[in-house]
Amino acid sequence: MGQTRLTKDPYNLIITGVGGQGNVMASRVLGNMLVRQGLSVTIGETFGSSQRGGSVMSHMRISEKGNWSPQIPKGQADLILALEPSEAVRLLASYGNSTVKVLSNTRPIYPMDVIAGEKKYPSIEEIIPSVKELTSEAWFIPATDEALKMGNAIYGNIIMLGALAATGALPMDTEVFKEVIAEFLSEDKLDMNLKAYEFGGEMLKKT
Amino acid sequence: MATLMDGKEGMEYMAMGNEAFARGALEAGVQVAAGYPGTPSSEIIEQLSRAAKQAGIYVEWSVNEKLALEVAAAASFAELRALAVMKQNGVNVASDFLLHLATSGTRGGMVLIACEDPGALSSVNEGDARAFAKLVEIPLLEPGDFQEAKDMTKWAFELSEQIRNLVMVRSVTRMSHASGNIRFGPLPKVSTKAEYKYSGSPLDPNTGMIAAGGFRHRFVLDKLKKAVALFEESPFNTYQGPEKPALLIITSSACYLYAREAARILDVEDRVGILKLGTTWPLPPNLLKKHMASADNILVVEEVAPFMEENVKVLAAEMAGEIGIKNFYGKKSEHIPSVGELNPDIVLSALADILDLGYESMPAEYAKKTGAFATTKAPARALTFCPGCPHRASFWSIHNALELDARKGFVCGDIGCYTMAAGPTGFNTIKTVHSMGSGTGVASGFAKLRQFGMEQPIVAVCGDSTFFHSGIPALVNAVHHKADLTMIVLDNSGTAMTGFQSHPGLTVNAMHDEVPALDIAEICRSMGARVEVRDPFNLPETQAALNELLEYREGAKVLILRQACALSPQRKSGQKFKMHVDENLCLGEDCGCGRLCTRIFRCPGLIWDEAKGVSRIDEVICVGCGVCADICPQQAIKREVA
Repeated sequence: MGQTRLTKDPYNLIITGVGGQGNVMASRVLGNMLVRQGLSVTIGETFGSSQRGGSVMSHMRISEKGNWSPQIPKGQADLILALEPSEAVRLLASYGNSTVKVLSNTRPIYPMDVIAGEKKYPSIEEIIPSVKELTSEAWFIPATDEALKMGNAIYGNIIMLGALAATGALPMDTEVFKEVIAEFLSEDKLDMNLKAYEFGGEMLKKT
Repeated sequence: MATLMDGKEGMEYMAMGNEAFARGALEAGVQVAAGYPGTPSSEIIEQLSRAAKQAGIYVEWSVNEKLALEVAAAASFAELRALAVMKQNGVNVASDFLLHLATSGTRGGMVLIACEDPGALSSVNEGDARAFAKLVEIPLLEPGDFQEAKDMTKWAFELSEQIRNLVMVRSVTRMSHASGNIRFGPLPKVSTKAEYKYSGSPLDPNTGMIAAGGFRHRFVLDKLKKAVALFEESPFNTYQGPEKPALLIITSSACYLYAREAARILDVEDRVGILKLGTTWPLPPNLLKKHMASADNILVVEEVAPFMEENVKVLAAEMAGEIGIKNFYGKKSEHIPSVGELNPDIVLSALADILDLGYESMPAEYAKKTGAFATTKAPARALTFCPGCPHRASFWSIHNALELDARKGFVCGDIGCYTMAAGPTGFNTIKTVHSMGSGTGVASGFAKLRQFGMEQPIVAVCGDSTFFHSGIPALVNAVHHKADLTMIVLDNSGTAMTGFQSHPGLTVNAMHDEVPALDIAEICRSMGARVEVRDPFNLPETQAALNELLEYREGAKVLILRQACALSPQRKSGQKFKMHVDENLCLGEDCGCGRLCTRIFRCPGLIWDEAKGVSRIDEVICVGCGVCADICPQQAIKREVA
């Protein structure tokens, strides 16, 4: 402690996704991990009226200097972690800048207007180059598809957290993850979540 | 840390604002806490209920907010420290008792935490409960960060005991539902014995709790005066900035964090002073005088109503002879919007405009590109019921029954997730929405317009928790006046929208004790209403019941549609059906159904496969309720018992 462990202060991270993907849990697990390492973390959650299906985002301000506004100012995100790919594109318009990084899941969740045929959802092949053009670095990971192979799509959020750790953007320690996740989940679920976390790290290294 | 009682003194913890409020109450030695669920307030009582047994306190989810305030007041009358918690709209419900409580005064420290929702992110409106503090003449506190949320709650109990009246603490979504570091203080050992003492005259402010007599108004005002004197010295009012700022910002609550950040980004901290007020009603005049005297230009930053702005202007007018004439900026000058929640960017623009600075949050070219991508590659997500939500099935049947009936019947809506049935996810079935319980109340009025020629069938919907909250008096009114309406109780087994808090229809309370459940059907029958109960997932039976009830014109009828919320613990534990679409049977665009399944029914778990031109189950999203199998005219959607 004492030395700066952040590349920027405050480090502005947004975790975004669709209600039901475990967005809020991901932000709270990460926040607790960082606070245990002596950092100050401010989180602002935005979720709509519906519990499922709406755009959700958690603004995280990570700092050595105390708490910040729970809403990140426009154009000031350092990293966007997207559990759903179109949500990354949506947020770049409000919080992006030429140095922002994006770490995104690849599997879409279709909005109702797309299902109804009133709007188009782009293919992932269209999304990837647009995101790359607007960021300094972008990683895409099939987290939900791999989570399904592990038995449950919900592991997607933990896979993404593991991948975030592997980017080296933040001081995230696997041992601290183990401690924190044990406070959130019952014991029978810990092994699978640790596996998901470690698997996310491996997936990032392969991109 | 299993509960907030486990947090040791001195420990640093990332707390949600609502956890900080709850911990503050525990550090104050609160003994009774009562509330009614409502976003963004619910986690305060939830946290206290989790800690209740360990702390030896009593916590309840009351039937409504007025009862919560009454239950807490009784504890205060018996010399215990007591807390009532509700969302802003709940203060409206509690306001009748609130006025009288302020008049009688309190004994044990009593605090009301009102959590507001600027921008109505999860509410039907963005109300402002601060006006109630002024109206009923009690002190108002607003924390400006998470540590203050805890410390100020603790102090609010002390203040309440000093002035012997209720203290209101106001939070907002960005305080209650945001999280930040806090440091825990000590937890006291409390063992106050409850006793309601009534020796002496009931009219004596020190011995009587009778809120009657105009003379009592004098006591209320004296208490407020005492609070103002304490506010002058309060450490919750802080100032940072130069001695003579070019611009003085007066702010409070989460807006303080926005103002501080805006000043930093613009690099004007040496020219702009920020007076952050924690004690926002009544304003401490000497403190305000000192700071207003130092600046010619004053910007008031706050959310929803221009509450502080107007109160500050009154003081400035009274003091004009001493402090001079000021230029005021805020909502009146339109530098701060009067609608919607604030953020750092709004404050930034206001500052840049007043100080005549240029600021570009995003280079124009980057903004243009990202804006274009977002428009074409990030389709908006409309409000929708969850996959497997019983409300989608219920409104499918209600909508169809009203269409078949063809007398232009309509639904009076109420407050819950089902309010969204005013939009496409509920087939635009709901046509009026106001406050809790008002659906059935308004319906009972419509149903008495038969003598003026109204022939439309009148339907009201309300949730199970709303039924107990305020639906019962409305139904009593309808039955007694032979109002020909159909009240549909959408019983999903809990206060679902806010996170499954208990209500009187359930066998477990907030303390996790077993309690007697009240049967909604029996209550309605005992009133004399005709009552039917169906499972909304059974579309044919639900529609048959509705058709029959719409025909039956002899007074009030109740249809209870009982099916647990898709997110309830009992349904989340397993899928009932494994669903799939038989691609050979689905005729796609050629069917003639007009893509009833995906274009109209709109469940997020049933998607359209554009490449194949057929509908398809999204196995990640579908929860296997099986309802869509009944809407497909081709029987192409198949359910197998999972």
